[in-house]
Amino acid sequence: MDALDLARWQFGITTVYHFLFVPLTIGLSAIVAILQTAWHRTGKVEYLRATRFLGKLFLINFAMGVVTGIVQEFQFGMNWSSYSTFVGDVFGAPLAMEALLAFFLESTFIGLWIFGWDRLPRRIHLACIWIVAIGTNFSAYFIIAANAWMRHPVGFTVDESTGRARLTDIWAVLTNSQAWSTYLHVVSGAFIAAGLFVVAVSAFKLMRARWPKRADAVAPHPSEDGLFRKTLRLGLAVTAIAGALVVFSGDHQAKLMAQYEPMKLAGAEALWTDEHGAGFSLFAVGDIREGRNHINVQVPNVLSFLATGDFSGDVQGINNVQQRLEQQFGPGDYRPDIAVLYWSFRLMMGLGMAGVGIGVLGLWLTRRGRLPGKRWMYRVAILGLPAALAANVFGWILTEMGRQPWTVVGELLTAASVSPGVSLTEVAISLTAFTLLYAALAVVEAKLLFRYVLAGPAAVMPYPPDEPDTDDTGAATPEPADERVPAFVY
Amino acid sequence: MDLQTIWFLAIAVLWTGYFVLEGFDFGVGMLLPVVGRDDTDRRVMINSIGPVWDGNEVWLITAIGATFAAFPAWYGSMLSGFYLPVLAIVLALIVRGVAFEYRGKVDDDRWRRRWDVAIVVGSTVPALMWGLIFANLLRGLPMGAGHVVDAGIGDLLNPFALLGALVTGSLFLLHGAVFLSLKTDGPVRVLARAVALRTALVAVPALVGFLGWTLVHRPTGWTLPVAVLTVVALVAGAGLAGRGREGWAFAATAVSVLGTSVTIFGSMFPVLIPSTTDAALSLTVAGAASGAYTLEVMSWIALVLLPLVISYQAWSYWVFRRRVTRAHIAPAH
Repeated sequence: MDALDLARWQFGITTVYHFLFVPLTIGLSAIVAILQTAWHRTGKVEYLRATRFLGKLFLINFAMGVVTGIVQEFQFGMNWSSYSTFVGDVFGAPLAMEALLAFFLESTFIGLWIFGWDRLPRRIHLACIWIVAIGTNFSAYFIIAANAWMRHPVGFTVDESTGRARLTDIWAVLTNSQAWSTYLHVVSGAFIAAGLFVVAVSAFKLMRARWPKRADAVAPHPSEDGLFRKTLRLGLAVTAIAGALVVFSGDHQAKLMAQYEPMKLAGAEALWTDEHGAGFSLFAVGDIREGRNHINVQVPNVLSFLATGDFSGDVQGINNVQQRLEQQFGPGDYRPDIAVLYWSFRLMMGLGMAGVGIGVLGLWLTRRGRLPGKRWMYRVAILGLPAALAANVFGWILTEMGRQPWTVVGELLTAASVSPGVSLTEVAISLTAFTLLYAALAVVEAKLLFRYVLAGPAAVMPYPPDEPDTDDTGAATPEPADERVPAFVY
Repeated sequence: MDLQTIWFLAIAVLWTGYFVLEGFDFGVGMLLPVVGRDDTDRRVMINSIGPVWDGNEVWLITAIGATFAAFPAWYGSMLSGFYLPVLAIVLALIVRGVAFEYRGKVDDDRWRRRWDVAIVVGSTVPALMWGLIFANLLRGLPMGAGHVVDAGIGDLLNPFALLGALVTGSLFLLHGAVFLSLKTDGPVRVLARAVALRTALVAVPALVGFLGWTLVHRPTGWTLPVAVLTVVALVAGAGLAGRGREGWAFAATAVSVLGTSVTIFGSMFPVLIPSTTDAALSLTVAGAASGAYTLEVMSWIALVLLPLVISYQAWSYWVFRRRVTRAHIAPAH
């Protein structure tokens, strides 16, 4: 165990953790914006209640996304200073643009949205949440462009005298085919997760209303049934639409992977030798040292079709790519961890498709005001959320682990990227600190979310009393002097 | 002026913006148990920075990101060289950010008290650490070939750096107290004014010592008048706050934070990290900078976006210009 291993673990842990919140932020900001727009257009208080209820859940998640993102901006310099010095000229530019364009928008306008309910004209206040939603997308694009450059470096040369990368074409970096294709895939994956978040919350509330946990539980306000039916449908629709996009972009990703990262594709499929008309593996047990599979259950020709668009196309195998890389870059082991790739790929696809399936099937089951009568169906709908988040995470594990042993493909090895002056002890301290803090925060965040879900919309926007209050103590829900919606207060 | 110098200036502007803006919200956080006598007062304080603290913090994120893009070697050597202080800052910023958002979300005293601790610690640690880091950047670090910093904790905890920590800590505390007196009303406002005066007794001598030491150690002709103005502004800020001229007082403490930052960056140029191992191994602006093309691209982007950022952030301050009072604090939800 040396500093390199711990630095990799730290990057993996902090980034995976960050990415539990990011997809929800991207998707929920837009969903909350849609609901607020519906309120703005129709004036129905039901939409306002949904906006504030889901908005509160969105904010609880947003805070975690923001603070865990801070780490990313520092971590490259702390643990990976050789990488930073080598790539900063190219890689730093999209990061700086992300901060200047996206982070400022998000942070300023989220503040205006939270505290501005009663100070801003409604139209402007609505614009604030849309700007936050757009900001999250800018952010996603720039950081993915930076990541895409690591997998498919373009628009640069390596300076002979300094040995550092030099940017020659920013446009090439920002329009990298890996960038926009990955962006589409990541953002649609984010919308699946956020859609299923709304589905899970709505299904839980509808389920609890039908099957109370305790017989003496207080029945929810009668209007909640209609509200959660609407949000359930909205969540399902978002999931289904994003599902179509994720399939389309995923297909494109496979083709780019075959072209630019043959080792990653071969690893993800446990394909050891070059093949014409390669099959898609369903289940494989192999021997990494011998470079072959013991068992491999395949669907014939499907991999070739996914990778090249032709059922008899050529797909490169691990052992052959290894030979080619040795010829190109000299002796060394250029194989990533095949088992991790193989299973990440399957888990991403399997869990992701299960989530999309819930979206599509759910839309059918809830058509024209219907609602499933079986309790287990609600439970399955709730499970869609962890499935979708896991699919997002496994997608990134495939992407990042599949790039190994490189940080910048063909240019810089991970082993040569760490900070030379940072000791094992230092990385161990920070890895331990982040892991413990993140674990504690995960418990707090989950409890808080659950608490707000249980409390329901009444907790963020009390229902007006059915009959006017006759006692005049003053404290009990006074009629608001104006029509303004109160701001969220800390 | 060449592009490298322009980008050094741009980085200095970002850091200065960060210190001026987040300086006061660090101060508010540190003062939470001092000025906030009950929960409502503490909520008045938190709500006074509620809409803006996150936007203030993005100045730091942008400064770091821009350093990565414009001076990659500086970014790498500084963050890896100050590993443990930077780690402490990042951890502090995490708990602080979560604390602001989560504190009011459960109506329970123990819950709120824990987050209060997080806010105080999370604000104090970075306020001290930034002074420690920048003082050490001025003083120099053991640094070998390839700009690899080899500084132990002992190297970082020298008298000059500790004085630097005291300066940023007390300066932000004072800046925050003046901000509170400007942005709140009621008991918080009264107490904050008193605290501002008392803090000045520490902040002013610390600042005089630190700036004087800086001028001697890294002499640059024009930093002397800036340093004098900085100290005058700080004295004036505390005095004006005591007399109830809160708007002017805040402008004055903002100028003193700005002046401190300008003196630091002005004294630093053009050696970003002096090597105490061998002066020839020092990291300079020219040695750390990205290529001309990157700097040019970044210049255009900053030229378009930075004025836009400043104008919408200014607008958000305008929207929340009213003083926060106990009457504004609705029951928590």
